[in-house]
Amino acid sequence: MPISIQHVSFGYDTRSSGSGTFSLCDVSTTITRGSITGLLGPNGCGKTTLLKLIAGVLRCGQGGIALNDRALAQFSKRELARHVALVPQETHPAFDFSVLDMVLMGRHPHLGTFQLEGPEDLSIAHSCLAATGTAHLAYRPFTTLSGGEKQRVVIASALAQEPEVLLLDEPTASLDLAYQLEVASLLARLNQDHEVTMVVATHDLNLAASLCDSLVLLRAGRILAQGPTRDVLTASMIQQLYDVETDVQVHEPSGHLTVVPIRRRPRP
Amino acid sequence: MTQVVTVPRPIRPRLALTVVGFGALALVTCLAAPLVGSTSISIARAFDRSIPFADNVDAQIFFLARMPRVLAAAVVGAALASAGVVLQALLRNPLATPFTLGVSAGAALGAMLAITLGATMTIGPLSAVPLASLAGAAIAATIVYALATRTGRPMSTSVLLLAGVTLNSFFSAVILMVQYMGDFTEAYRTIRWLMGDLDVGSFGPILAALPLIVAAVVIFALLPSSLNLLSVGADSAATRGVNVGRAQRLAFLSSALATSAAVSLAGPIGFVGIVVPHLVRLMVGVDHRVVLPTSALFGVAFLVACDLVSRTILAPVEVPVGVVTAMIGGPFFLWLLVRKG
Repeated sequence: MPISIQHVSFGYDTRSSGSGTFSLCDVSTTITRGSITGLLGPNGCGKTTLLKLIAGVLRCGQGGIALNDRALAQFSKRELARHVALVPQETHPAFDFSVLDMVLMGRHPHLGTFQLEGPEDLSIAHSCLAATGTAHLAYRPFTTLSGGEKQRVVIASALAQEPEVLLLDEPTASLDLAYQLEVASLLARLNQDHEVTMVVATHDLNLAASLCDSLVLLRAGRILAQGPTRDVLTASMIQQLYDVETDVQVHEPSGHLTVVPIRRRPRP
Repeated sequence: MTQVVTVPRPIRPRLALTVVGFGALALVTCLAAPLVGSTSISIARAFDRSIPFADNVDAQIFFLARMPRVLAAAVVGAALASAGVVLQALLRNPLATPFTLGVSAGAALGAMLAITLGATMTIGPLSAVPLASLAGAAIAATIVYALATRTGRPMSTSVLLLAGVTLNSFFSAVILMVQYMGDFTEAYRTIRWLMGDLDVGSFGPILAALPLIVAAVVIFALLPSSLNLLSVGADSAATRGVNVGRAQRLAFLSSALATSAAVSLAGPIGFVGIVVPHLVRLMVGVDHRVVLPTSALFGVAFLVACDLVSRTILAPVEVPVGVVTAMIGGPFFLWLLVRKG
């Protein structure tokens, strides 16, 4: 089991974070090697928090997360970053870094404090650019890219960490339809070719249906359901998760489930 | 919006080339500056070991009269420029300056009080005014740091920024009050202090500031790749293996050390900490592993040159160096911005 999450609870400190007072409560799940797991749930249900806990950005209040049977707390920051990479929702560098600079920063966990990247790191960065279809952008300033290009470059930067586990926080939010498909097929390809285990937080149920092997449904910080996509992604689950009535059908041409929202229906 | 970044060269030769180039520039500026002044001297004679030092007027003017001032400019220029780079990355704000955190206002208040109260205490080569300004800087830095980390969670850079700016205004108001209460002579001295002055008189004050500067430089050396990642975002940095809390604390500490050393030595000389890093970024790109050492070296050349202008342009009258840095830095900066756009 690459990632085992046992009875994890987490609360943001209410004094310092003001609005963000929700928490995760007794979350347990395991994520199998080579799988793509979707993390679904309404806004504020704890998806991003769970990703940050797995990435070691936040520390569990209670419970524990283990990677390859070793507790996250036993990893040094650099060591963990060689195993787990996180693609955040948005990336806004304060300075005009080039695309290649951004991808080379992914090599940070593989370098010592005073070590500069060498030819090998450069060739890894270029192959990550190639794998995400952004090689032609290498010398462009990152800030001048479109949303879809930025997202792919940030994914390339995460790949440069050579992680076993790639965590993605709403990778297709704010992308147009073509880029959504492109990023989705990129993730599927990376999962197959590089055997990267992925956890994808998303609001796009159809993306989850087409991309993910299994799903974890979070509501108000608790796990509502988890299991293989086909078992979990049902109209009644979605009703419980989002208070929305949907029609869930197998779409024959594409071979995966499709979810058509019908109306909002609050629970009695 | 379609400009192309022009430095695709790998980091190692790029870093070596810029450090050697800007190092040579800094060295030449430091050696040339003492030659210029009311009495013109020859560098060959100043370094001629066959003449005894006691008889070598050129050497005496070069090393004793002018070198301390040039060295003070070099140290202050390097400290302010690198503190600017570090704070701009820490706060993710290219407009931050070494004075944003209120450290310099604290130092100024300390100096004001020492001047106005006529304090005479000394410790080693440090007289009352630099001592009081160091104390003021330390108090200001402690207040800002305590506010930004008060909840025990990671440092809040927005609180850091707001607390610094607020403290700056508050201390400035107190300084005005102290000036208003003081007599005219003291008020003039305090205003002159605020304009910045590199005429330190001897090597003593520089040596006294040196431990702080050395400590800051040692910490600076640990920071550049963390600064790259911090300027992309704290979470991005954390997921790429940066110990964010530690990097932020070290960045704050080192820039506070460098700024307080510089301000206690020469007063708050503006513009160096923002103009130098920006000029350097326009010349060598934004990678902090190159920008930080280059800014320190270019800060040396910049402030030594500005001080040269300050003591020669209206000689024998001296123009305060803070006025010169603003006069040169401001328009040059605007010109580069226009040219770049």
